[in-house]
Amino acid sequence: MENIIQLRSVNKWFGEFHVLKDINFSVSEKEKVVICGPSGSGKSTLIRCINRLEEHQKGSIIVDGMTLDENTKNISAIRSEVGMVFQQFNLFPHLSILENCTLAQIWVKKKTKNESEKLAMDYLRKVQIDDQALKFPGQLSGGQQQRAAIARALCMEPKIMLFDEPTSALDPEMIKEVLDVMVDLAKGGMTMCVVTHEMGFAKEVADRVVFMDEGNIVEEKKTSDFFENPENERTKLFLSQIL
Amino acid sequence: MRSLNFIKTRFFSSPIDAFLTLSISYLIYLTIPPFINWVLIDATFYGETKKDCIDGGACWVFIKIWFTKLLYGLYPSEEIWRINFAFAILIISIVIYKYLNQKLKKYLFLFLVIPFPIFSLVLFSGGVFGLSPVDTREWGGLFLTLVISIFAIIFCFPIGILLAMGRRSNLPVIKYFSIGFIEFWRGVPLITVLFMAGVMFPLLLPSGTNLDKLVRVIIAITLFEAAYMAEVVRGGLQAVGRGQYDASKAIGMGYWKSHIFIILPQALKLVIPGIANTFIALFKDTPLVFVVGLLEILGMVNLAKTNPYWLGMATEGYVFVAFVYWIFCFAMSRYSLSIEKKLKITN
Repeated sequence: MENIIQLRSVNKWFGEFHVLKDINFSVSEKEKVVICGPSGSGKSTLIRCINRLEEHQKGSIIVDGMTLDENTKNISAIRSEVGMVFQQFNLFPHLSILENCTLAQIWVKKKTKNESEKLAMDYLRKVQIDDQALKFPGQLSGGQQQRAAIARALCMEPKIMLFDEPTSALDPEMIKEVLDVMVDLAKGGMTMCVVTHEMGFAKEVADRVVFMDEGNIVEEKKTSDFFENPENERTKLFLSQIL
Repeated sequence: MRSLNFIKTRFFSSPIDAFLTLSISYLIYLTIPPFINWVLIDATFYGETKKDCIDGGACWVFIKIWFTKLLYGLYPSEEIWRINFAFAILIISIVIYKYLNQKLKKYLFLFLVIPFPIFSLVLFSGGVFGLSPVDTREWGGLFLTLVISIFAIIFCFPIGILLAMGRRSNLPVIKYFSIGFIEFWRGVPLITVLFMAGVMFPLLLPSGTNLDKLVRVIIAITLFEAAYMAEVVRGGLQAVGRGQYDASKAIGMGYWKSHIFIILPQALKLVIPGIANTFIALFKDTPLVFVVGLLEILGMVNLAKTNPYWLGMATEGYVFVAFVYWIFCFAMSRYSLSIEKKLKITN
Protein backbone atom coordinates (compact mmCIF):
# COMPACT_ATOMS: atom_id res chain seq x y z
CA MET A 1 0.00 0.00 0.00
CA GLU A 2 1.09 3.53 -0.69
CA ASN A 3 1.99 5.81 2.19
CA ILE A 4 -0.33 8.80 2.39
CA ILE A 5 1.72 10.26 5.24
CA GLN A 6 5.49 9.90 5.18
CA LEU A 7 7.86 11.40 7.76
CA ARG A 8 11.60 10.98 7.25
CA SER A 9 14.03 11.78 10.07
CA VAL A 10 11.92 14.67 11.30
CA ASN A 11 13.41 16.85 14.02
CA LYS A 12 11.80 19.66 15.90
CA TRP A 13 12.92 21.94 18.68
CA PHE A 14 10.95 24.30 20.90
CA GLY A 15 13.81 26.67 21.67
CA GLU A 16 16.40 24.43 23.35
CA PHE A 17 13.97 21.61 23.92
CA HIS A 18 14.29 18.78 21.41
CA VAL A 19 10.66 17.61 21.02
CA LEU A 20 10.93 15.29 18.05
CA LYS A 21 14.14 13.33 17.60
CA ASP A 22 14.73 11.89 14.17
CA ILE A 23 11.20 10.57 13.72
CA ASN A 24 10.49 8.12 10.90
CA PHE A 25 6.82 7.42 10.62
CA SER A 26 4.40 6.56 7.88
CA VAL A 27 0.72 5.86 7.48
CA SER A 28 -0.75 4.09 4.49
CA GLU A 29 -4.12 4.85 3.00
CA LYS A 30 -7.12 3.77 5.11
CA GLU A 31 -4.81 2.76 7.93
CA LYS A 32 -5.69 3.61 11.53
CA VAL A 33 -2.77 4.39 13.77
CA VAL A 34 -2.98 5.09 17.48
CA ILE A 35 -0.16 7.08 19.03
CA CYS A 36 0.27 6.82 22.76
CA GLY A 37 2.85 7.69 25.33
CA PRO A 38 3.37 9.74 28.48
CA SER A 39 2.64 13.45 28.40
CA GLY A 40 5.47 15.53 26.99
CA SER A 41 6.59 12.67 24.76
CA GLY A 42 5.94 14.68 21.60
CA LYS A 43 2.92 12.79 20.31
CA SER A 44 0.70 15.87 19.94
CA THR A 45 3.53 17.79 18.31
CA LEU A 46 4.01 14.91 15.89
CA ILE A 47 0.47 15.00 14.57
CA ARG A 48 0.40 18.81 14.62
CA CYS A 49 3.36 18.66 12.25
CA ILE A 50 1.31 16.62 9.80
CA ASN A 51 -0.99 19.57 9.01
CA ARG A 52 1.76 22.06 9.78
CA LEU A 53 0.21 23.65 12.82
CA GLU A 54 3.80 23.16 13.98
CA GLU A 55 6.79 23.58 11.67
CA HIS A 56 9.54 20.97 11.75
CA GLN A 57 13.13 22.12 11.43
CA LYS A 58 14.83 19.08 9.90
CA GLY A 59 13.74 16.14 7.82
CA SER A 60 10.87 15.83 5.38
CA ILE A 61 7.11 15.37 5.72
CA ILE A 62 5.11 14.31 2.69
CA VAL A 63 1.33 14.23 2.92
CA ASP A 64 -0.62 12.85 -0.03
CA GLY A 65 2.30 13.50 -2.35
CA MET A 66 2.82 17.08 -1.22
CA THR A 67 5.94 18.09 0.66
CA LEU A 68 5.45 20.34 3.70
CA ASP A 69 7.81 23.30 3.60
CA GLU A 70 7.68 27.10 3.52
CA ASN A 71 5.53 27.01 0.38
CA THR A 72 2.27 28.60 1.59
CA LYS A 73 0.07 27.45 -1.24
CA ASN A 74 0.95 23.88 -0.55
CA ILE A 75 -0.02 24.25 3.09
CA SER A 76 -3.59 25.37 2.53
CA ALA A 77 -3.98 22.51 0.01
CA ILE A 78 -2.78 20.04 2.62
CA ARG A 79 -4.91 21.52 5.40
CA SER A 80 -8.05 21.10 3.32
CA GLU A 81 -7.26 17.39 2.96
CA VAL A 82 -6.37 16.81 6.59
CA GLY A 83 -9.08 17.20 9.20
CA MET A 84 -8.16 17.75 12.82
CA VAL A 85 -9.99 17.27 16.09
CA PHE A 86 -8.61 18.93 19.21
CA GLN A 87 -8.61 18.06 22.88
CA GLN A 88 -10.41 21.30 23.72
CA PHE A 89 -12.88 21.00 20.78
CA ASN A 90 -12.03 24.55 19.64
CA LEU A 91 -15.45 25.18 18.18
CA PHE A 92 -16.03 28.81 17.23
CA PRO A 93 -18.14 30.09 20.14
CA HIS A 94 -19.69 33.01 18.24
CA LEU A 95 -21.14 30.80 15.51
CA SER A 96 -23.92 28.23 15.64
CA ILE A 97 -23.03 24.56 15.25
CA LEU A 98 -24.30 24.67 11.67
CA GLU A 99 -22.25 27.79 10.88
CA ASN A 100 -19.19 26.13 12.43
CA CYS A 101 -19.64 23.39 9.85
CA THR A 102 -20.40 25.58 6.83
CA LEU A 103 -17.92 28.45 7.27
CA ALA A 104 -14.89 26.79 5.71
CA GLN A 105 -16.96 25.06 3.04
CA ILE A 106 -18.22 28.46 1.89
CA TRP A 107 -14.99 30.45 2.21
CA VAL A 108 -12.33 27.83 1.50
CA LYS A 109 -14.10 25.41 -0.82
CA LYS A 110 -16.26 28.15 -2.38
CA LYS A 111 -19.46 26.17 -2.11
CA THR A 112 -22.89 27.76 -2.02
CA LYS A 113 -24.67 28.22 1.28
CA ASN A 114 -27.31 25.62 0.39
CA GLU A 115 -24.80 22.96 -0.68
CA SER A 116 -22.69 23.46 2.40
CA GLU A 117 -25.67 23.39 4.77
CA LYS A 118 -26.89 20.18 3.21
CA LEU A 119 -23.52 18.47 3.65
CA ALA A 120 -23.19 19.87 7.16
CA MET A 121 -26.59 18.47 8.15
CA ASP A 122 -25.60 15.09 6.71
CA TYR A 123 -22.51 14.93 8.90
CA LEU A 124 -24.31 16.34 11.93
CA ARG A 125 -26.87 13.56 11.49
CA LYS A 126 -24.04 11.05 11.27
CA VAL A 127 -22.68 12.20 14.64
CA GLN A 128 -26.26 12.43 15.95
CA ILE A 129 -26.48 16.09 16.83
CA ASP A 130 -28.50 17.34 13.85
CA ASP A 131 -31.16 18.45 16.34
CA GLN A 132 -28.61 20.83 17.92
CA ALA A 133 -27.56 22.46 14.64
CA LEU A 134 -28.88 25.93 15.43
CA LYS A 135 -27.52 26.08 18.97
CA PHE A 136 -24.25 27.71 19.95
CA PRO A 137 -21.30 25.64 21.20
CA GLY A 138 -21.69 26.98 24.74
CA GLN A 139 -25.18 25.44 24.96
CA LEU A 140 -23.92 21.89 24.26
CA SER A 141 -22.36 19.27 26.52
CA GLY A 142 -18.69 18.42 26.09
CA GLY A 143 -19.47 15.20 24.25
CA GLN A 144 -21.84 16.98 21.88
CA GLN A 145 -19.27 19.69 21.27
CA GLN A 146 -16.59 17.18 20.40
CA ARG A 147 -18.95 15.37 18.02
CA ALA A 148 -19.76 18.74 16.42
CA ALA A 149 -16.02 19.36 16.05
CA ILE A 150 -15.66 16.00 14.30
CA ALA A 151 -18.53 16.92 11.97
CA ARG A 152 -16.90 20.27 11.26
CA ALA A 153 -13.68 18.55 10.23
CA LEU A 154 -15.53 15.98 8.11
CA CYS A 155 -17.39 18.71 6.25
CA MET A 156 -14.14 19.54 4.47
CA GLU A 157 -14.23 15.94 3.18
CA PRO A 158 -10.67 15.22 4.25
CA LYS A 159 -8.66 12.18 3.21
CA ILE A 160 -7.00 11.98 6.60
CA MET A 161 -8.31 12.70 10.09
CA LEU A 162 -6.01 13.63 12.97
CA PHE A 163 -7.27 13.36 16.53
CA ASP A 164 -5.32 15.07 19.31
CA GLU A 165 -6.49 13.46 22.57
CA PRO A 166 -10.14 13.88 21.58
CA THR A 167 -11.56 12.44 24.81
CA SER A 168 -9.11 13.78 27.41
CA ALA A 169 -11.17 16.86 28.25
CA LEU A 170 -14.47 14.98 28.55
CA ASP A 171 -16.39 13.74 31.55
CA PRO A 172 -16.16 9.93 31.73
CA GLU A 173 -19.81 9.37 30.76
CA MET A 174 -19.34 11.34 27.55
CA ILE A 175 -16.24 9.54 26.32
CA LYS A 176 -18.18 6.66 24.85
CA GLU A 177 -20.41 8.76 22.59
CA VAL A 178 -17.34 10.37 21.03
CA LEU A 179 -15.46 7.08 20.69
CA ASP A 180 -18.53 5.52 19.03
CA VAL A 181 -18.45 8.22 16.37
CA MET A 182 -14.74 7.61 15.85
CA VAL A 183 -15.26 3.85 15.56
CA ASP A 184 -17.94 4.44 12.92
CA LEU A 185 -15.61 6.72 11.07
CA ALA A 186 -12.83 4.11 11.19
CA LYS A 187 -15.15 1.42 9.89
CA GLY A 188 -16.10 3.75 7.03
CA GLY A 189 -12.52 3.54 5.79
CA MET A 190 -11.05 6.88 6.89
CA THR A 191 -7.29 7.19 7.30
CA MET A 192 -6.82 8.11 10.95
CA CYS A 193 -4.02 9.15 13.29
CA VAL A 194 -5.25 9.21 16.85
CA VAL A 195 -3.34 10.41 19.88
CA THR A 196 -5.20 8.86 22.79
CA HIS A 197 -4.93 6.95 26.02
CA GLU A 198 -8.11 4.99 25.28
CA MET A 199 -6.57 1.56 24.89
CA GLY A 200 -9.99 -0.01 24.38
CA PHE A 201 -10.42 2.13 21.28
CA ALA A 202 -6.90 1.19 20.12
CA LYS A 203 -7.64 -2.52 20.47
CA GLU A 204 -10.93 -2.19 18.63
CA VAL A 205 -9.96 -0.16 15.58
CA ALA A 206 -6.23 0.45 15.33
CA ASP A 207 -4.16 -1.41 12.75
CA ARG A 208 -1.00 -0.27 14.42
CA VAL A 209 0.03 1.31 17.71
CA VAL A 210 2.97 3.65 18.12
CA PHE A 211 4.48 4.30 21.52
CA MET A 212 6.45 7.50 21.99
CA ASP A 213 8.68 8.65 24.82
CA GLU A 214 10.91 11.72 25.12
CA GLY A 215 10.61 12.60 21.45
CA ASN A 216 11.41 9.13 20.14
CA ILE A 217 9.23 6.42 18.68
CA VAL A 218 10.10 3.67 21.14
CA GLU A 219 7.94 0.91 19.80
CA GLU A 220 5.72 0.49 16.76
CA LYS A 221 3.74 -2.71 16.20
CA LYS A 222 0.58 -4.27 14.88
CA THR A 223 -2.11 -3.74 17.50
CA SER A 224 -2.33 -7.32 18.75
CA ASP A 225 1.46 -7.64 18.98
CA PHE A 226 1.71 -4.32 20.77
CA PHE A 227 -0.58 -5.38 23.57
CA GLU A 228 0.50 -9.01 23.77
CA ASN A 229 4.25 -8.83 23.21
CA PRO A 230 5.59 -5.40 24.02
CA GLU A 231 9.39 -5.57 23.87
CA ASN A 232 10.62 -2.28 25.25
CA GLU A 233 10.76 -1.88 29.04
CA ARG A 234 9.34 1.62 28.81
CA THR A 235 6.33 0.34 26.84
CA LYS A 236 5.72 -2.45 29.32
CA LEU A 237 5.78 0.00 32.20
CA PHE A 238 3.39 2.35 30.40
CA LEU A 239 0.98 -0.44 29.55
CA SER A 240 1.02 -1.80 33.09
CA GLN A 241 0.09 1.64 34.40
CA ILE A 242 -2.61 2.39 31.90
CA LEU A 243 -4.40 -0.95 31.47
CA MET B 1 -42.58 50.60 58.94
CA ARG B 2 -40.71 48.64 56.31
CA SER B 3 -39.49 51.72 54.52
CA LEU B 4 -38.40 53.18 57.84
CA ASN B 5 -36.43 50.03 58.49
CA PHE B 6 -34.97 50.22 54.99
CA ILE B 7 -33.78 53.78 55.61
CA LYS B 8 -32.33 52.78 58.95
CA THR B 9 -30.32 49.83 57.61
CA ARG B 10 -29.16 51.49 54.43
CA PHE B 11 -28.33 54.97 55.66
CA PHE B 12 -27.95 54.92 59.42
CA SER B 13 -26.57 51.50 60.28
CA SER B 14 -23.57 52.94 62.14
CA PRO B 15 -22.48 56.35 63.49
CA ILE B 16 -20.10 56.79 60.52
CA ASP B 17 -22.89 55.94 58.05
CA ALA B 18 -25.21 58.41 59.77
CA PHE B 19 -22.54 61.11 59.63
CA LEU B 20 -21.90 60.46 55.91
CA THR B 21 -25.62 60.44 55.11
CA LEU B 22 -26.20 63.71 56.88
CA SER B 23 -23.22 65.51 55.44
CA ILE B 24 -23.96 64.37 51.89
CA SER B 25 -27.60 65.43 52.30
CA TYR B 26 -26.39 68.82 53.42
CA LEU B 27 -24.08 69.08 50.40
CA ILE B 28 -26.94 68.20 48.07
CA TYR B 29 -29.10 70.79 49.81
CA LEU B 30 -26.39 73.39 49.34
CA THR B 31 -25.81 72.75 45.63
CA ILE B 32 -28.80 71.27 43.84
CA PRO B 33 -31.63 73.72 44.70
CA PRO B 34 -29.60 76.83 43.75
CA PHE B 35 -28.58 75.11 40.51
CA ILE B 36 -32.20 74.27 39.66
CA ASN B 37 -33.18 77.82 40.55
CA TRP B 38 -30.54 79.16 38.23
CA VAL B 39 -31.25 76.76 35.34
CA LEU B 40 -35.05 76.79 35.46
CA ILE B 41 -36.91 78.82 38.03
CA ASP B 42 -35.07 82.16 37.85
CA ALA B 43 -34.02 81.66 34.22
CA THR B 44 -35.10 83.84 31.34
CA PHE B 45 -36.39 82.07 28.24
CA TYR B 46 -38.10 84.86 26.37
CA GLY B 47 -36.56 87.94 24.85
CA GLU B 48 -34.19 89.11 22.19
CA THR B 49 -31.27 90.78 23.94
CA LYS B 50 -29.16 90.54 27.07
CA LYS B 51 -31.27 93.30 28.61
CA ASP B 52 -34.29 90.97 28.77
CA CYS B 53 -32.46 88.83 31.31
CA ILE B 54 -33.40 90.51 34.58
CA ASP B 55 -34.45 87.58 36.81
CA GLY B 56 -30.95 86.75 38.03
CA GLY B 57 -31.00 83.18 36.69
CA ALA B 58 -29.58 81.72 33.52
CA CYS B 59 -30.02 83.80 30.39
CA TRP B 60 -31.15 81.17 27.90
CA VAL B 61 -31.97 83.97 25.48
CA PHE B 62 -28.27 83.91 24.67
CA ILE B 63 -28.46 80.27 23.55
CA LYS B 64 -31.71 80.94 21.69
CA ILE B 65 -30.31 83.83 19.69
CA TRP B 66 -27.04 82.03 18.94
CA PHE B 67 -28.64 78.62 18.46
CA THR B 68 -28.22 78.45 14.68
CA LYS B 69 -24.58 79.50 14.97
CA LEU B 70 -23.94 76.92 17.70
CA LEU B 71 -25.39 74.19 15.48
CA TYR B 72 -24.03 75.17 12.09
CA GLY B 73 -21.20 77.64 12.70
CA LEU B 74 -20.82 80.23 9.98
CA TYR B 75 -22.38 78.01 7.32
CA PRO B 76 -24.44 80.26 4.97
CA SER B 77 -27.98 80.22 6.33
CA GLU B 78 -29.63 79.66 2.94
CA GLU B 79 -27.52 76.49 2.50
CA ILE B 80 -28.21 74.97 5.90
CA TRP B 81 -30.80 72.65 4.35
CA ARG B 82 -27.89 70.57 2.99
CA ILE B 83 -26.70 69.78 6.48
CA ASN B 84 -30.23 69.09 7.69
CA PHE B 85 -30.85 66.85 4.70
CA ALA B 86 -27.73 64.73 5.26
CA PHE B 87 -28.33 64.36 9.00
CA ALA B 88 -32.00 63.57 8.37
CA ILE B 89 -30.91 60.66 6.16
CA LEU B 90 -28.49 59.54 8.85
CA ILE B 91 -31.08 59.69 11.63
CA ILE B 92 -33.80 57.99 9.56
CA SER B 93 -31.35 55.22 8.61
CA ILE B 94 -30.44 54.65 12.24
CA VAL B 95 -34.10 54.56 13.30
CA ILE B 96 -35.23 52.10 10.62
CA TYR B 97 -32.06 49.99 10.97
CA LYS B 98 -33.36 47.71 13.70
CA TYR B 99 -36.57 46.93 11.82
CA LEU B 100 -34.72 45.53 8.78
CA ASN B 101 -33.79 41.92 8.09
CA GLN B 102 -30.16 40.76 8.10
CA LYS B 103 -29.55 41.28 4.41
CA LEU B 104 -30.98 44.81 4.25
CA LYS B 105 -29.12 45.66 7.45
CA LYS B 106 -25.87 44.73 5.75
CA TYR B 107 -26.65 46.90 2.73
CA LEU B 108 -27.74 49.84 4.85
CA PHE B 109 -24.61 49.54 6.96
CA LEU B 110 -22.38 49.49 3.88
CA PHE B 111 -24.28 52.48 2.48
CA LEU B 112 -23.76 54.42 5.70
CA VAL B 113 -20.07 53.62 5.92
CA ILE B 114 -18.94 54.12 2.32
CA PRO B 115 -21.15 56.07 -0.14
CA PHE B 116 -23.03 58.15 2.40
CA PRO B 117 -20.00 59.95 3.92
CA ILE B 118 -18.70 60.75 0.44
CA PHE B 119 -22.12 61.99 -0.65
CA SER B 120 -22.40 64.13 2.49
CA LEU B 121 -18.96 65.66 2.02
CA VAL B 122 -19.80 66.59 -1.57
CA LEU B 123 -23.13 68.01 -0.46
CA PHE B 124 -21.57 70.05 2.37
CA SER B 125 -18.72 71.49 0.35
CA GLY B 126 -20.71 72.05 -2.85
CA GLY B 127 -19.14 73.32 -6.05
CA VAL B 128 -20.81 70.59 -8.13
CA PHE B 129 -24.32 69.91 -9.45
CA GLY B 130 -25.16 73.61 -9.21
CA LEU B 131 -24.50 73.72 -5.45
CA SER B 132 -22.62 76.83 -4.48
CA PRO B 133 -19.27 76.04 -2.87
CA VAL B 134 -18.97 76.45 0.89
CA ASP B 135 -15.44 76.77 2.19
CA THR B 136 -14.63 74.54 5.17
CA ARG B 137 -13.64 77.70 7.07
CA GLU B 138 -17.35 78.42 7.30
CA TRP B 139 -18.15 75.01 8.77
CA GLY B 140 -18.61 75.09 12.49
CA GLY B 141 -20.68 74.41 15.56
CA LEU B 142 -22.14 71.04 16.43
CA PHE B 143 -22.16 70.25 12.70
CA LEU B 144 -18.36 70.45 12.63
CA THR B 145 -18.09 68.44 15.85
CA LEU B 146 -20.11 65.67 14.24
CA VAL B 147 -18.30 65.78 10.89
CA ILE B 148 -14.91 65.51 12.56
CA SER B 149 -15.88 62.80 15.02
CA ILE B 150 -17.93 60.68 12.62
CA PHE B 151 -15.20 60.66 9.98
CA ALA B 152 -12.47 60.05 12.52
CA ILE B 153 -14.47 57.19 14.06
CA ILE B 154 -15.18 55.56 10.69
CA PHE B 155 -11.51 55.70 9.67
CA CYS B 156 -9.73 55.10 12.96
CA PHE B 157 -11.56 51.83 13.63
CA PRO B 158 -10.30 49.80 10.63
CA ILE B 159 -6.85 51.42 10.81
CA GLY B 160 -6.67 50.53 14.48
CA ILE B 161 -7.60 46.92 13.74
CA LEU B 162 -4.93 46.66 11.04
CA LEU B 163 -2.32 48.17 13.37
CA ALA B 164 -3.27 45.74 16.13
CA MET B 165 -2.93 42.81 13.73
CA GLY B 166 0.30 44.30 12.40
CA ARG B 167 1.77 44.53 15.87
CA ARG B 168 1.15 40.80 16.35
CA SER B 169 2.46 39.91 12.91
CA ASN B 170 5.39 37.57 12.35
CA LEU B 171 6.69 39.77 9.57
CA PRO B 172 9.29 42.05 11.15
CA VAL B 173 8.78 45.01 8.80
CA ILE B 174 5.03 45.14 9.46
CA LYS B 175 5.48 44.44 13.14
CA TYR B 176 8.04 47.16 13.79
CA PHE B 177 6.22 49.65 11.59
CA SER B 178 3.07 49.08 13.64
CA ILE B 179 4.89 49.35 16.95
CA GLY B 180 6.64 52.52 15.80
CA PHE B 181 3.43 54.06 14.53
CA ILE B 182 1.44 53.25 17.67
CA GLU B 183 4.13 54.40 20.07
CA PHE B 184 4.74 57.62 18.14
CA TRP B 185 1.09 58.70 18.07
CA ARG B 186 0.42 57.62 21.62
CA GLY B 187 3.44 59.54 22.80
CA VAL B 188 2.52 62.99 21.51
CA PRO B 189 -0.29 65.22 22.81
CA LEU B 190 -3.25 65.71 20.46
CA ILE B 191 -2.96 69.46 20.65
CA THR B 192 0.59 69.26 19.25
CA VAL B 193 -0.56 66.92 16.49
CA LEU B 194 -3.35 69.31 15.53
CA PHE B 195 -1.02 72.27 15.57
CA MET B 196 1.41 70.42 13.31
CA ALA B 197 -1.39 69.37 10.98
CA GLY B 198 -2.86 72.84 10.81
CA VAL B 199 0.13 75.13 10.82
CA MET B 200 3.40 73.28 10.21
CA PHE B 201 2.33 70.67 7.68
CA PRO B 202 1.46 73.14 4.87
CA LEU B 203 4.98 74.61 5.18
CA LEU B 204 6.45 71.19 4.44
CA LEU B 205 4.33 70.67 1.32
CA PRO B 206 5.67 71.81 -2.02
CA SER B 207 4.18 75.21 -2.84
CA GLY B 208 1.02 75.06 -4.94
CA THR B 209 -0.24 71.85 -3.37
CA ASN B 210 -3.08 72.46 -0.99
CA LEU B 211 -4.82 70.04 1.30
CA ASP B 212 -7.84 71.47 3.05
CA LYS B 213 -7.24 72.31 6.68
CA LEU B 214 -10.28 70.35 7.84
CA VAL B 215 -9.08 67.28 5.94
CA ARG B 216 -5.65 67.58 7.55
CA VAL B 217 -7.26 67.87 10.97
CA ILE B 218 -9.49 64.83 10.41
CA ILE B 219 -6.48 62.80 9.22
CA ALA B 220 -4.51 63.88 12.28
CA ILE B 221 -7.26 62.94 14.72
CA THR B 222 -7.87 59.66 12.86
CA LEU B 223 -4.23 58.58 13.08
CA PHE B 224 -3.99 59.70 16.70
CA GLU B 225 -7.07 57.75 17.77
CA ALA B 226 -6.16 54.76 15.57
CA ALA B 227 -3.10 54.24 17.75
CA TYR B 228 -5.30 54.04 20.86
CA MET B 229 -7.80 51.84 19.05
CA ALA B 230 -4.99 49.51 18.02
CA GLU B 231 -4.02 48.87 21.62
CA VAL B 232 -7.63 48.28 22.64
CA VAL B 233 -8.11 45.77 19.82
CA ARG B 234 -4.77 44.11 20.58
CA GLY B 235 -6.05 43.43 24.08
CA GLY B 236 -8.97 41.60 22.51
CA LEU B 237 -6.79 39.65 20.09
CA GLN B 238 -4.64 38.45 22.97
CA ALA B 239 -7.69 37.22 24.84
CA VAL B 240 -8.78 34.89 22.01
CA GLY B 241 -7.37 31.45 22.73
CA ARG B 242 -4.68 29.85 20.63
CA GLY B 243 -7.06 26.96 19.97
CA GLN B 244 -9.22 29.24 17.84
CA TYR B 245 -6.25 30.03 15.61
CA ASP B 246 -5.37 26.31 15.42
CA ALA B 247 -8.92 25.32 14.55
CA SER B 248 -9.35 27.93 11.84
CA LYS B 249 -5.99 27.02 10.30
CA ALA B 250 -6.86 23.33 10.48
CA ILE B 251 -9.99 23.78 8.37
CA GLY B 252 -7.92 25.55 5.73
CA MET B 253 -8.63 29.21 6.51
CA GLY B 254 -5.74 31.54 5.78
CA TYR B 255 -4.60 34.56 7.80
CA TRP B 256 -7.22 37.02 6.54
CA LYS B 257 -10.15 34.63 6.53
CA SER B 258 -9.29 33.41 10.03
CA HIS B 259 -9.14 36.95 11.30
CA ILE B 260 -12.26 38.22 9.57
CA PHE B 261 -14.54 35.31 10.43
CA ILE B 262 -13.11 33.77 13.58
CA ILE B 263 -10.66 35.91 15.52
CA LEU B 264 -11.86 39.50 15.12
CA PRO B 265 -15.56 38.87 15.85
CA GLN B 266 -14.54 37.33 19.16
CA ALA B 267 -11.78 39.82 19.94
CA LEU B 268 -13.88 42.90 19.19
CA LYS B 269 -16.77 41.59 21.26
CA LEU B 270 -14.46 41.32 24.25
CA VAL B 271 -13.30 44.93 23.97
CA ILE B 272 -16.57 46.73 23.22
CA PRO B 273 -16.26 48.80 26.43
CA GLY B 274 -12.75 49.86 25.43
CA ILE B 275 -13.85 50.72 21.89
CA ALA B 276 -16.75 52.82 23.21
CA ASN B 277 -14.31 54.50 25.58
CA THR B 278 -12.02 55.45 22.71
CA PHE B 279 -14.90 56.78 20.60
CA ILE B 280 -16.22 58.87 23.49
CA ALA B 281 -12.74 60.22 24.19
CA LEU B 282 -12.38 61.07 20.50
CA PHE B 283 -15.69 62.92 20.53
CA LYS B 284 -14.65 64.92 23.56
CA ASP B 285 -11.25 65.73 22.04
CA THR B 286 -12.79 67.58 19.09
CA PRO B 287 -12.90 71.05 20.79
CA LEU B 288 -9.10 71.05 20.52
CA VAL B 289 -9.43 71.89 16.83
CA PHE B 290 -9.66 75.52 17.98
CA VAL B 291 -5.84 75.60 17.88
CA VAL B 292 -6.01 75.64 14.11
CA GLY B 293 -8.90 78.11 14.02
CA LEU B 294 -11.77 75.67 13.49
CA LEU B 295 -14.73 76.47 15.69
CA GLU B 296 -16.88 73.53 16.67
CA ILE B 297 -19.67 73.96 19.20
CA LEU B 298 -17.43 74.94 22.12
CA GLY B 299 -15.44 77.21 19.84
CA MET B 300 -18.65 78.92 18.77
CA VAL B 301 -19.57 79.53 22.41
CA ASN B 302 -16.16 81.07 22.99
CA LEU B 303 -16.76 83.27 19.98
CA ALA B 304 -20.30 84.24 21.04
CA LYS B 305 -19.37 85.15 24.60
CA THR B 306 -16.85 87.70 23.34
CA ASN B 307 -19.54 89.46 21.30
CA PRO B 308 -19.86 92.98 22.83
CA TYR B 309 -23.65 92.63 23.15
CA TRP B 310 -23.39 89.31 24.95
CA LEU B 311 -20.47 89.70 27.34
CA GLY B 312 -20.72 87.67 30.54
CA MET B 313 -22.67 84.76 29.06
CA ALA B 314 -19.85 82.22 29.42
CA THR B 315 -21.59 80.13 32.09
CA GLU B 316 -24.79 79.65 30.07
CA GLY B 317 -22.72 78.73 27.04
CA TYR B 318 -20.58 76.19 28.87
CA VAL B 319 -23.53 74.60 30.65
CA PHE B 320 -25.30 74.25 27.32
CA VAL B 321 -22.24 72.74 25.62
CA ALA B 322 -21.69 70.38 28.53
CA PHE B 323 -25.30 69.26 28.20
CA VAL B 324 -24.98 68.67 24.44
CA TYR B 325 -21.73 66.71 24.90
CA TRP B 326 -23.25 64.70 27.68
CA ILE B 327 -26.25 63.75 25.53
CA PHE B 328 -24.03 62.42 22.75
CA CYS B 329 -21.57 60.65 25.02
CA PHE B 330 -24.31 59.10 27.10
CA ALA B 331 -26.03 57.91 23.92
CA MET B 332 -22.79 56.27 22.75
CA SER B 333 -22.31 54.66 26.12
CA ARG B 334 -25.87 53.25 26.15
CA TYR B 335 -25.52 52.07 22.57
CA SER B 336 -22.35 50.15 23.36
CA LEU B 337 -24.06 48.59 26.37
CA SER B 338 -26.98 47.46 24.22
CA ILE B 339 -24.63 45.86 21.68
CA GLU B 340 -22.83 44.09 24.52
CA LYS B 341 -26.12 42.74 25.83
CA LYS B 342 -27.26 41.61 22.41
CA LEU B 343 -24.03 39.72 21.79
CA LYS B 344 -24.22 38.11 25.19
CA ILE B 345 -27.63 36.65 24.36
CA THR B 346 -26.48 34.99 21.13
CA ASN B 347 -23.60 33.40 23.00
